[in-house]
Amino acid sequence: MSTHSKKIRCCNTVGVKIGVLALQGNVSEHIGAFERALKCMGREDQSSVSPIKRPAELEGCDALAIPGGESTTISRLIEKNHLHEHICTFSGGIFATCAGMILMATNVDDPRVRPLGLIDMTVDRNAFGRQKESFEADLPIHGLDGGPFHAIFIRAPVATHAGNGVTVLSRIPQGIVAVEQGMHMALAFHPELCGDLRLHERFLKNLAI
Amino acid sequence: MRLEELRFGTELLKRGFASMQKGGVIMDVVNAEHAKISEEAGAVAVMALERVPSDIRKMGGVARMVDPETVAAIIDAVSIPVMGKVRIGHFVEAQVLEVLGVDMIDESEVLTPADEQYHIDKKKFTVPFVCGARDLGEALRRIHEGAAMVRTKGEAGTGNVVEAVRHMRAIMGSIRALKGMDRQEMTDYAREIEAPAELVIECSERGRLPVVNFSAGGIATPSDAAMMMQLGADGVFVGSGIFKSSNPQKMAKAIVEAVNHYDDAKVIARVSRGLGEAMPGLDVHTLKEDQVLQYRGR
Repeated sequence: MSTHSKKIRCCNTVGVKIGVLALQGNVSEHIGAFERALKCMGREDQSSVSPIKRPAELEGCDALAIPGGESTTISRLIEKNHLHEHICTFSGGIFATCAGMILMATNVDDPRVRPLGLIDMTVDRNAFGRQKESFEADLPIHGLDGGPFHAIFIRAPVATHAGNGVTVLSRIPQGIVAVEQGMHMALAFHPELCGDLRLHERFLKNLAI
Repeated sequence: MRLEELRFGTELLKRGFASMQKGGVIMDVVNAEHAKISEEAGAVAVMALERVPSDIRKMGGVARMVDPETVAAIIDAVSIPVMGKVRIGHFVEAQVLEVLGVDMIDESEVLTPADEQYHIDKKKFTVPFVCGARDLGEALRRIHEGAAMVRTKGEAGTGNVVEAVRHMRAIMGSIRALKGMDRQEMTDYAREIEAPAELVIECSERGRLPVVNFSAGGIATPSDAAMMMQLGADGVFVGSGIFKSSNPQKMAKAIVEAVNHYDDAKVIARVSRGLGEAMPGLDVHTLKEDQVLQYRGR
């Protein structure tokens, strides 16, 4: 943890530094959603949300978002940009959606992706099929006030197994689609596309800053 | 969650799919082997077609949708999205590709148009579409018809980036010019460029197109790809540029890295070394009018 975040610890209204992994995919939507979430929580002052491409840019971040995109491409670019070890040892919370959820797993059904192993789960890529099977649905999420969450699943993965240390937030017949482990959250769908910021806010509150 | 309440093929799902391609390279492939090379190199998706554009130019005749057998083999070979080209206006070729499980359809001027009056009514489909455009009016007409993604037309199969640059500058410049207009002027301008006024106003509010905007048509080197990104493209399509170069594996990887680090000339310099020959190029000015693909569809 950086000296910056140590200084502001134990205070709910201070700034937070969020990095968004900007190798490929839905990067600007994640930046916009976190900026709006910080504003809603009255924490936009001293906070920042910025794209991350290189290991040095990860220094001092309290949280990292791993966006949706193509998981094989993002996995290769993580290796190319020497980010694998740095993300594995990152001390902040990680908010991962879709391709991000695949990368967070300990096991993936496909050798074309090298997962980070940060959440104890097994993930199936493209669990619902091709793009024509992509769907929107109102999803009940455990412990989330305000009713079901309008979830957007795009060539989405599911977790087929989650370890004891993992809290399952939502499960549908095909598998697990939302989990938390420690400060990390992984979602098979795209909250950054729907305008509902409740999951972003829940993640930020869990950061222990 | 009740299954009957699931919604498929919505505008949000179509545009969302396109958005997941951002910062990526989509590569033209004619068989499963090419598709595997593309995936291995880090392509975000592959585009299936019968022949790459430079071969379509050479061979002439009518260029049609790819053989369904080839599409099925490509879908089996890779885990990344598979796109396919159909002729402008050929809605049955599009229906066929949708049934085969193609993830996005390119209604493309590279193939021989099937309808000189109308483009496909893309809102009728579950699968999203990408269409080519040379300027803002054309881009907005396609979006109005239901395109979830736009790409510059460029001049495919030439290995010459000049037309892609012209089209990207035209689109980005027109959006920048909207900044100085009030609502009435924008409505007037919409009429002039033959585009729906509400889409012109939306571009002005967002400062960009309402959908993802890629570059295509003539990109042959890592520098070409990075230049299109610096001009404002969200990603690039590479057609003949990879599999008509002397070392496709190396060229594919280099273009992926150049797009990832498009604003870092040191990286572009590194990945551009020792690539071998780029695809043979064509001077666009030597083409006869009927050889210019970008004039197809408007």
